[in-house]
Amino acid sequence: MEFVFAVVVGGLYAAGLYLMLQRNIIKLVLGLSLLSHGANLLIFTAAGLTRAHAPLIDEGGAVLIGRTADPLPQALILTAIVISFGVTAFMLVLVHRTHQETGTDDLDDLRTTDT
Amino acid sequence: MTSLILRTATLYMQPILLMFSVFLLLRGHNEPGGGFTGGLVGAAAFSLYAFAYGVLESRRKLRADPHTLIGCGLLVAVGSATIAPLMGRPFMTGAWWEMHLPGFGAVHLGTPMFFDIGVYLVVIGVTLLIIYSMAEEE
Amino acid sequence: MKALLVMPIVIPLVGGALGLVAWRSRAAQRALAACGAAALLLAAAALLWTVDRHGVLAVQVGDWPAPFGITLVADLFAAIMVFIAAVLGACVLFYSFWAMDSGRESYGYYPLTLVLLMGVNGAFLTGDVFNLYVWFEVMLMASFVLLALGGDRPQLEGAIKYVTLNLVSSALFLAATGILYGVAGTLNMADLAGKLGENVAPRLTTTLAMLYLAAFGIKAGLFPLFFWLPASYHTPPPAVSAIFAGLLTKVGVYAIIRVFTLMFTLETALTHGVILVLAAFTMVTGVLGAAAQNDFRRILAFHIVSQIGYIIMGLGLYSRIALAGAIFFIVHNIIAKSNLFLVSGVVHRLRGTGDLKQLGGLYEQQPALSICFMVSAMALAGIPPLSGFFGKLVLVIAGIQAGAYVIVAVSLLVSILTLFSMTKIWAGGFWKPAPEERDVPPPGDATHAIRRMMIPVALLAGLNVLFGVGFEPCYAMALRAADQLLDKQAYIAAVLGT
Repeated sequence: MEFVFAVVVGGLYAAGLYLMLQRNIIKLVLGLSLLSHGANLLIFTAAGLTRAHAPLIDEGGAVLIGRTADPLPQALILTAIVISFGVTAFMLVLVHRTHQETGTDDLDDLRTTDT
Repeated sequence: MTSLILRTATLYMQPILLMFSVFLLLRGHNEPGGGFTGGLVGAAAFSLYAFAYGVLESRRKLRADPHTLIGCGLLVAVGSATIAPLMGRPFMTGAWWEMHLPGFGAVHLGTPMFFDIGVYLVVIGVTLLIIYSMAEEE
Repeated sequence: MKALLVMPIVIPLVGGALGLVAWRSRAAQRALAACGAAALLLAAAALLWTVDRHGVLAVQVGDWPAPFGITLVADLFAAIMVFIAAVLGACVLFYSFWAMDSGRESYGYYPLTLVLLMGVNGAFLTGDVFNLYVWFEVMLMASFVLLALGGDRPQLEGAIKYVTLNLVSSALFLAATGILYGVAGTLNMADLAGKLGENVAPRLTTTLAMLYLAAFGIKAGLFPLFFWLPASYHTPPPAVSAIFAGLLTKVGVYAIIRVFTLMFTLETALTHGVILVLAAFTMVTGVLGAAAQNDFRRILAFHIVSQIGYIIMGLGLYSRIALAGAIFFIVHNIIAKSNLFLVSGVVHRLRGTGDLKQLGGLYEQQPALSICFMVSAMALAGIPPLSGFFGKLVLVIAGIQAGAYVIVAVSLLVSILTLFSMTKIWAGGFWKPAPEERDVPPPGDATHAIRRMMIPVALLAGLNVLFGVGFEPCYAMALRAADQLLDKQAYIAAVLGT
């Protein structure tokens, strides 16, 4: 199972980086969001994949019974997803405004502030 | 956009979406759901309205400015977190009260719920702020 | 007493939230910004005093016990950083009352700045790696909007580069954190400090250390990951540049120092050796990049990079004196660098340009401003008796003690080149007569605003003198902070309660 996840994470990273290296500004945004998906899945995989129950104590019980999944990576990923949602939304607005202002979607034309 | 089908459907969809968003919000403490998902569905209701009737109409329906929603949401969340220090516990500690409402039986009210309501408002505000600002420039 | 620890986060948050509620009223937002900055300053001063007196302070947010819950912790280093951030925040906000255009003000400049300060303080105070990520993102979101606010073409272009590189850095940070959790099973920094030494393979730890170095290095502007910085930092209004230059890169540096003193100290010969090499390259490339520039703020933007090298040099040497020097240098650098950006804003207000070829004659017109610039610029270059001299002196002594003569030679050479850049600005902007073809506009109605903008500039220049003349008590405090960094036990005990 880890193997499949590792391949998927690698694929997401590769696709994300490939898209980021394109000159089109929309591909940059797509690449960044793929990169953050890759990172999320990496957390999920690196923290250990288990086939187990949800970490909930049964009604009337006092302790967890049996194998349970670790809830922390999922909490981390949830937080990271929310953050990447906000960042991607901002990035879209930024790209949209840039396109309006400059009339181009080619990153090579956006080099006037470089040194 | 002047699609009659979308306009008519929106009239029925928007209240359902809003009710569903509140349902998700209140369900969120013990079961899947919560302020974030609820807020997204709530924002979807208003953005659907914006697609069907235009941003101005949608803003009018929302009544509050998205910025105000974000600000209020943050204040509610901070407020729920500062109740604990007032009671001598560390910041953000959950506090619970049991209330007996006629017809509902015992209802647990806690600071995490107010925190969730804050998140709900912030998410609606942020999402709509972004969607409106992009849609208005068209 | 423990409530003090959440105050630097809660005060700006409440200020920012109230500012959002009062969206339509600029006057209310200004008042809230002023109150928020003042309250933050008081809280930060109280925190610094408490931590210096009673040792490391920790609080478990939500009352979940230590390695499981969210920990906020302030050792002396963190408290110093929070305090200096509050000082800078207050100065920049005060400056903005007169410097910021009404368009940006009504699009939420003040609430955004407060949220930025909240993110910065959160990053300083958190005791948990994942929360460090979250605070970084809070800070970055606010900085993204601040950078793009106004929407001029250069700003948008700069913002795209800034956002992209920072998101790549965040993705790296997140990936490293996932792997760290996988190998150590905890993300609490105090817990990690113990666990990384015990049951984790040292090579994996070193790999993780390098991942974190790359992630934080992008944010701090380390060689060779700094190119986004000079391409974006000169584009927003000077007040925004000042707060970015003062705080954002320093948060990256703070994170590097934190993880490389608390968590990754197993193979210091390797990891800190790499840091030392990077420090040398950072110093040299930054200062050489600045030498090629001919614009006030572009020169300053390159110098941010160069100065980061000095701080990292202190970490790379990894001794008591070197760390104390690094801490002292951060404080000095935040003050000097931000002040130079604020001066560039006044100059821009006076002449409408930052191009040194078109400037000139400012010393005749504005002697007070020129003296303030001179003080901060010479402090940056390291001329006695100003703060930068002592910061560099301590670092050089630490380098000689460690026998790292190459880095000492590089740092001295870079000092000379820094002096060259600063004299270039001085000669081009202030000393030489104004170019003939460009008639100097009379100050006119701007005089009142400029006089007010001079108050924080003079204050920060005064601090540069104060930290130089009153070096000994400041250095003593930096030494105490360095002791806490090197002896992790106090930190671990405060967090885990053992």
